[in-house]
This record gives sequence, C-alpha cells and structure tokens, in this order.
Amino acid sequence: MHARWFVPLLAALALLAGGGSTLLAQETTLLNVSYDPTRELYQEVNAAFAAQWKAKTGRGVAIQQSHGGSGKQARAVIDGLEADVVTLALAYDVEAIEKAGLVRPGWQKRLPDNACPYTSTIVFLVRKGNPKGIKDWGDLVRPGVAVITPNPKTSGAARWSYLAAWAWALRQPGGSEARAQDFVARLYRNVPVLDTGARGSTNTFVQRGIGDVLLAWENEAFLAVKELGPEKVEMVVPSLSILAEPPVALVDAVVDRKGTRAAAQAYLEFLYTPDGQRLAAKHYYRPRSKEALAQAPVRFADVRLVTIDEAFSGWTKAHAAHFAEGASFDRIYQAR
Amino acid sequence: MLRRRHSVLPGFGLTLGFSVFYLSLVVLVPLAALLLKSASFGWAAFRAAAVAPRAMAAYRLSFGAAAAGAAVNAVFGLLVAWVLVRYRFPGRRVIDALVDLPFALPTAVAGIALTTLYAETGWLGRPLSALGLKVAFTPLGVGMALTFIGLPFVVRTLQPVIEALDPEVEEAAASLGAGRAATLVRVVLPAIVPAWLTGVALAFARAVGEYGSVVFIAGNMPMKTEIAPLVIMTRLEQYDYAGATAVAVVMLLASLLILGGVNALQAFSLRRAAVE
Repeated sequence: MHARWFVPLLAALALLAGGGSTLLAQETTLLNVSYDPTRELYQEVNAAFAAQWKAKTGRGVAIQQSHGGSGKQARAVIDGLEADVVTLALAYDVEAIEKAGLVRPGWQKRLPDNACPYTSTIVFLVRKGNPKGIKDWGDLVRPGVAVITPNPKTSGAARWSYLAAWAWALRQPGGSEARAQDFVARLYRNVPVLDTGARGSTNTFVQRGIGDVLLAWENEAFLAVKELGPEKVEMVVPSLSILAEPPVALVDAVVDRKGTRAAAQAYLEFLYTPDGQRLAAKHYYRPRSKEALAQAPVRFADVRLVTIDEAFSGWTKAHAAHFAEGASFDRIYQAR
Repeated sequence: MLRRRHSVLPGFGLTLGFSVFYLSLVVLVPLAALLLKSASFGWAAFRAAAVAPRAMAAYRLSFGAAAAGAAVNAVFGLLVAWVLVRYRFPGRRVIDALVDLPFALPTAVAGIALTTLYAETGWLGRPLSALGLKVAFTPLGVGMALTFIGLPFVVRTLQPVIEALDPEVEEAAASLGAGRAATLVRVVLPAIVPAWLTGVALAFARAVGEYGSVVFIAGNMPMKTEIAPLVIMTRLEQYDYAGATAVAVVMLLASLLILGGVNALQAFSLRRAAVE
C-alpha cells in the first residue's frame, strides 16, 4: 500500500534533489532502488561511501534509497523510476530490467562474485523453547505445524524458501521431482496465511502470534532475535538451505543519461571493499571476504548451501518450472 | 423551423466541453489504454489468462464477497440511515460522523485493524474461534472487510432521501387506513428504493475493486481466499502484463454489466413510482 505512493514520491524527491543540487554545487545524486530488508544496511553504506567519495574526489554525493518488494521495485525501474543502481533480492528481477533494455547484458560478470557482494540464506524462526521441536525441513509438513511464509509469486524471500524446500526434498533418500512436488504441497497445506512480502509475514508471526515457524531471511532472523530477545523467538538452521545471492547492478541507460556512471560504479565497488564488507556483516548478511566474515558480530551457521545454478540451472529455468502461471507452485493449489 | 431553446444560465457549450474533456482525461483514457493493451496480446493468450482456474476462483470470491457485503449493507445501512434521520437521541451526531470513518480511514489501516481484531489471537477472534467460527484468513473475513468499507455508501445516499420524506405522508397513509406494513411497503419503500439501489450498487462496485483492506485479512490463499485485484498484483509482480490486463478487463466488463443492470432496475422502479 505505501509502496504505491512511496515510489513516485521518492522519484519526485530525487528529481527535486537532482534539480536543486545542479544549481547549488557539483553534487551528484544517486538513486539506489533496493528490496525490503536492506534499509538499515544501505543507510550506513551510503554515509560511509559519501565520506569516502568526498575524500577521494572532493565532490559531494548524495544517495537516495527506495525500498519495497523486489519484483515491485524492478517494475518501477522498468516503468521509468530513475535508478542509478539496483540492489535487488534475486537475479531474475535484474534480468527483467535487462530485458527492458536498461541494463546491458553481461551485468553479472561486470562485478566480482556474480555481482553479489554479500549473500544470505533461508532459516527458520520458531517460538521460544521450540515447542513443536522443529529441526529440519521434514518437520514442517507434520500435521499440526503451522508454517508462515509469504507468497512466492510476490516475495523474493518466499521464492528462495520454496526452492530451498524443493532442493532439500530432492536430496532425501528416494528423492525425485514428484516427491519434491508432493513435499512442497504438504508444506503449503500447513501455511495458514500467504502475505505478499517478507515483512508482512514477520508481522503475522511476531505481532499476531500466528504460526509455529517462520521461513525467513537469515539476516531478518538475526535481527528478530536481537530486537525481540531470545525469550520470544529462536533461530533454527536446517540441514540444508539455499545460497541466496542478492545481486547489484548499474542501470546503464540511466547513468549514461544522467552522467553518473563513475560515481555509481564506485558506489557498487565500495560494497566489495573491507569497509563495505564489514557493514554487510554488521547487518547480518554473509560477506564475501574472509576477514569480514571472521569479524562478523554473529556466527553464521556452517550449513550446506545449494546454489540456484547447481540445483535449478539458473533463475530463468527455476521461474518457468516453479513460479510461472500453472507451474509447480500453482499445481499445489489446483490439485485440491 | 428550428428554434434553439436557451437556458436561463449561459455557458452550456463550455461546461459540456469541459465535462467531456475532464471525463476523458480521468476515466476514459486510462480505460481505453487498458483495453488497447489487452488487444495487443492476442485472443488465445487473453482467454487463457482470463479463465485460468486461479483467476476464476478469484472472480467468484471478489464478486461473491462484494455481493454479500453489499447485501448486508443494504439491510443495515437502511436501518442506520433511518435511525439517524428519524430519531433524536444522545450521541446521534457522533454516530453520524462515525459512518464516514470507512471513507476517511486509509484502507490499509482498516485492514490491519480488522485482522488484529479477528485473528485467532485477537479480541474478537479468540471468543469466535472458541465457538468454532474462523473469520480472519477465510472468505468470511473478506466479506467482513468489504462490508466495512461499503457501509457509508448506502447510508450517505439514503440519508437525504429519507430526510425529504415527509412523515405527514405516512400519517396520511395511516389515516386512510393503511396498516404499518402497508405504509412501509407501499409508501415509504417506493420513495427510497432508487436511492437505496444506488447506494448498494456503489458499495458493491467499491468492494469489487477493494485491495488495501482485504489483502491483510484475506490470508491470500490461491483458489480459496485470493481476491481478483490480488491476482492482478501478483501477475504484475511477475512481469505478466498480459495476464494482469486480462483479469482487469474481465473485472471491468463484469462490473459494467452489473452496474448497468442496477441502473436499469433503478430506472424501472423510478418509472413505477411515477406511475403509482
């Protein structure tokens, strides 16, 4: 609801800021269009990058942020929101912007590590003391266990969760596509509410007290445990999960028009520097650099993580097989 | 001989021109763009997207719950309007103002409030679920939200009409020997039926398109509690513009058909009232 107003409002603000700054001084304004839970991370990154850019070039840079569901944000950029950079939840959304001709093909090779400066994964959040004894994916399909997860059609986090569940089921003894389809069907039979986004699901689970387990971003789970305290919720790490790679990309069409390519490129590269990596770890994203990982404020569980490329041959195939109209997710609900 | 009849007030041409221009800008152009967009996808793709099982289930829920909400409001809205106009009691002004609340409240706030109340852990949801009645995350919850947002439409269209209804007419009917039921059915109702229908139709139309308040309480389960506007949103989110447009066009046509029907009914009842 707010995002509908928020995005145009932010675009207007960005325009105003852009127009004003050319009158005042040579200050560059960048717009970073991102997904929901990165708000706090990029607030710190922006301040740190602006200071560094000022020291290096003597010029100021102001960075605006916009947040919302990953798919919604990508659509806003396609429809004309002037983002210099996008930092979204999954590569599929950046590929959609690429198909609209705004990002040049090969963007995933222009930056190290598949253009993903930090990674995350999907974990479980359970109530204090884990009353239902939830340890692994298999426990989620037991009768009487209520699972909270958003709708994979609208939420990036939910798609990662869905694929993680599928990958786990495939790797069980006797695992097959049919068994995996049956497993996710039984899992979603235990889902009483499908919110449209990750934050909505967190609210359902935490504020409304609905459900026994929440499938959440690892960074959101750490944050929830920290904010609410271990006397309310606990984190459970399953035996296998998925390596969630949220990619970053330069929006070529916009930076060339605005003449902000140098600053935007430096902004994305900053995410890979020791400072950028340290900030990612501080906000509970898994940094790529070993040093930042060692200094992270929390210990990231050493869990087996499958990648989207190894388990599903990339996002395009994963989307067609699971989330497109009539694909595996739709079959769960049509079978009944 | 052609004689132009002039109205007392000048400016008919200008105001008509402006009305048409304004209506085009605000209503017709977006609708035309929608139809144009849907025409560009080809009939087969359009049909497949429009009648997909999920979309069909969503139409059933959206139109069904909207109709149920409008029906509830038809009864209770009439009651509220009648009480507010005909009786004087302490707190009347406060209740009168409260009726507008669903208009003024951001729909998301209404949705979150209703969900918090009717969820199994909520004030009302807990006792209700003890009775075996689940409201939040069921079609019943959808109907509840749609009833909430529709109420002011019925009350506000009926109020001026009931105010204009002179109680002396009812007294005359009584003095001519009509019983209470006969007075109600033959004198009062015919006078207010057209406005009543308008109010109910407005409440219905609003409810069909409602998104903000419903997505919170619906639970959004495909095939069960997913409303049609949400299907549009989810398809957009997947860059499926064709699929989203198809559902939008179906909803538009169905709404037009239903509103047209209500208008015809209204014209009929007006004519009948005039004859009587």
